Amino acid sequence: MVHFTAEEKAIITTLWSKVNVEEEGGEALGRLLVVYPWTQRFFDTFGNLSSASAIMGNPKVKAHGKKVLTSFGDAVKNLDDLKGTFGHLSELHCDKLHVDPENFRLLGNILVVVLAKHFGKEFTPKVQAAWQKMTMSVASALASKYH
Amino acid sequence: MALSAREREVVSALWRKMGDNVGVYTTEALERTFVVFPATKTYFPHLNLSPGSTDIKAHGKKVADALTHAIGHLDDLPNALSELSNLHLHKLGVDPVNFQFFNHCLLVTLARHYPGDFTAVMQACVDKLLAHVTSALVSKYR
Repeated sequence: MVHFTAEEKAIITTLWSKVNVEEEGGEALGRLLVVYPWTQRFFDTFGNLSSASAIMGNPKVKAHGKKVLTSFGDAVKNLDDLKGTFGHLSELHCDKLHVDPENFRLLGNILVVVLAKHFGKEFTPKVQAAWQKMTMSVASALASKYH
Repeated sequence: MALSAREREVVSALWRKMGDNVGVYTTEALERTFVVFPATKTYFPHLNLSPGSTDIKAHGKKVADALTHAIGHLDDLPNALSELSNLHLHKLGVDPVNFQFFNHCLLVTLARHYPGDFTAVMQACVDKLLAHVTSALVSKYR
């Protein structure tokens, strides 16, 4: 099981308190679909994904991005039990959505880039390391019930 | 798929904007790589890897020069990076996964320093460029 030090938890929760979940969630998901276009396979029903600007402006992408990042908020509150927190979502992503867990890692890295863009100077290597650990642990927890 | 004319223009525009500072950003990217992915340090036991060290700056400069060289030879990357590929394989034995760690940290660095320029399209182009460079760098591996 992943262990976060007190310092890492403080770094993660401090930054999280300043995150605009709606804006940055939409941005992160949009960028995933632009930078790794094969991820669009999961979003057939989302309408116009024909160009970067269409994707970034697509209201369904923004809404779903907000949903995804909101659930990261659950992770921030439950850093000591990510597997427990994401058990049901893991089953969902495996059994119903059929999402390759590699996509969780891709999204995690995209989120780190979005945070860097947003927080600039504050996003030091130490902050990046804590958030990298966080996103990788969430990805791992989401893959934990796959079979 | 090779970089399109538009993608090359996007990347070249950013490189022009960075001017003489490419080395500053590759150095920061290296520092981040060593902090965030500590296993990467195993390839540099002979260097001082503490943040701000002249060793990291010197290596950052080498990486910057190689990337700039790559951008000038996008039509023939495997040849242009042939010597570097041999070096990283035969002499250094660097596992290919580590280039991806560095690439990611370079994206993070550029996003931090150029938030206004670093649109989704810019990120896609730079990500693609770095993937092509990495591919060429490991082209001699097997």
